[in-house]
Amino acid sequence: MARTTTSPPPIALPKISWSTRFDKLQRRLAPFVFISPFFILFAVFGLFPIVFSMYLSLQEWNPIQGLGTMRYVGLENYTWLMGDPWFWRSITNTLWIAFASGIPQHLVAIPLAFALSRGIQSFRHPLTAAYFLPYITSAVAIALVFQTIFGTQFGILNQTLQYLATAPWSAWLFGGLADSLPVNWLGRAPNIKPAISLLVWWQFFGFNVVLYAAGLATIPKDYYEAAQIDGASGRQSFFHITLPLLRPMIFFAVTFTIIGNLQLFDQPFILTDGTGGTSQAGMTVAMYLYRTGFEWLEMGTAAAISWLLFLLIGTLTVIHFYFFGRSGLETRD
Amino acid sequence: MRMTASTLRSARRNERTGRSPVGQFFLYLGLIALALLTLFPFYWMFVLSSHSQSTIFSAPPPLWFGEFLERNYNALLARLPFLRNIWNSFYIALMATITTMFFASLAGFAFAMYEFRFKRFLFAFVIGSLMIPPLLGIIPYYLIIQFLGWLDTPRAIWVPGMAGAFGIFLMRQYVASSMPRELMDAGRIDGASEFRLYWNIALPIIRPGLATLGMLTFIGQWNNFLGPLVVLSSRENYTIPVALRTLQGQIQTDWGAVLTGTSLAVLPLLIIFVFASRQVIEGLVAGSVKG
Repeated sequence: MARTTTSPPPIALPKISWSTRFDKLQRRLAPFVFISPFFILFAVFGLFPIVFSMYLSLQEWNPIQGLGTMRYVGLENYTWLMGDPWFWRSITNTLWIAFASGIPQHLVAIPLAFALSRGIQSFRHPLTAAYFLPYITSAVAIALVFQTIFGTQFGILNQTLQYLATAPWSAWLFGGLADSLPVNWLGRAPNIKPAISLLVWWQFFGFNVVLYAAGLATIPKDYYEAAQIDGASGRQSFFHITLPLLRPMIFFAVTFTIIGNLQLFDQPFILTDGTGGTSQAGMTVAMYLYRTGFEWLEMGTAAAISWLLFLLIGTLTVIHFYFFGRSGLETRD
Repeated sequence: MRMTASTLRSARRNERTGRSPVGQFFLYLGLIALALLTLFPFYWMFVLSSHSQSTIFSAPPPLWFGEFLERNYNALLARLPFLRNIWNSFYIALMATITTMFFASLAGFAFAMYEFRFKRFLFAFVIGSLMIPPLLGIIPYYLIIQFLGWLDTPRAIWVPGMAGAFGIFLMRQYVASSMPRELMDAGRIDGASEFRLYWNIALPIIRPGLATLGMLTFIGQWNNFLGPLVVLSSRENYTIPVALRTLQGQIQTDWGAVLTGTSLAVLPLLIIFVFASRQVIEGLVAGSVKG
């Protein structure tokens, strides 16, 4: 408050006019008015939906028949989901894809960021930008492109593998694949999750590269120079300087990946034509939620799924915080 | 082992200018190969959008541009009101961008430049709201939009995000780091109202940060899929991603047309990125890292 009242001393003022009163009032209220749009919109489109979805998850309701047909069913939606094989399949699918795309993202991004910021002198930005580009492009557009890449007969991925498996210079390495080609990437159940994970990995590893590059930029150069004087190799400085000092950023980036990957929708939805694929092998929880609510019009069950998904995200985040949080956060401040 | 100061310095310099040239060569080779791998799907998309269905599905695949682009484009327009869809995407992204730039910078300005009651709590609340997974509210979101009578309209999409928490956070950081608080008092002495302080003093100072926020908002809204998928129901009102989705899963998907559509969906982003990749990347990192 002190800062807002440092205008000229009040001695000179003859009397407190209406305009000064108004001036004082608008000065006091201004910050509240300025931040109010967020809180109003959040109340309507953020907070209310969350509370209402809690209520809705205890109801049975088909929206076509109007609000009057809502029926209280207690925890029935939840107990039903607990026995629903499709729900459990969507959970395991989501976890599978989250790990298979998430872990390689970081395993690639950390050394890559290290190479970019310590290993090379030029073309740093163009290379980073290239890795980052998929992150800002439409997931739907990109998933459609990958659908052609993954094509069984004429997809470029299978054609490349075919070539590698037969060409004389690469057959020694890829020849073993020849029997299983062409791979039916999006049609056979066991292949769908790897295909989705590959796309997700491709789209998001660059974002992590950028995060880690930002983290690396905060590590003082002196550390590396000191290590060199002591005769440390590049590999040694990576494992003994970079990795430990990067831990807060790793913690942070992994949190991002957990929260984002568990809500995966666009990529699996498009790659499986909105169906979830053969025997729902590519159906994530987010997709199941969407289909339950908007295709089968079971709004109550869908709301229950959203809360269970929230619980899953919360649990994994808490586990992550518990195991890595202390080391991740203590060096942050 | 002891070193003299001069050998020490030369060892350092060697290390800085690079290790062995061979190592550098392979490092660059690997990095460039990975970059090409990342960029390839984009190239591939543009190439295929210029080929007929039968060339797209041929072996060996076409690796250079063909002459079918115009026909694919016409096929796309025959299946979808695609120009309308582009306009819808553009309109929604633009409205979201303008409103977000205004409301987020206003709130960010307030959080950075004022002391007021509950400020810390309210700011923590803004940040906390970022942690809520958007999927949690998707069902009631639909119901609210229905209740407001906004189903199948553009404002169903851009209004809820007008004052996004991410933007507020980004703007608060930007104002706090670039605007001295003394300017506030100087402005007040000159008789400016609080809103004028924002409009005439803060806005010009934070213009670069505002541009970054604008681009990030535009990109995010342009790519938005789930929200529009849920609330938009007629072809004329679809945004590009939702429209592209309807081309899929038909008995005879015309891939030339689909890929022409995806090319058009990606092109504006590529253009933004070519001119402002630094700003986009730094903005996203600043917004997420400083949390």
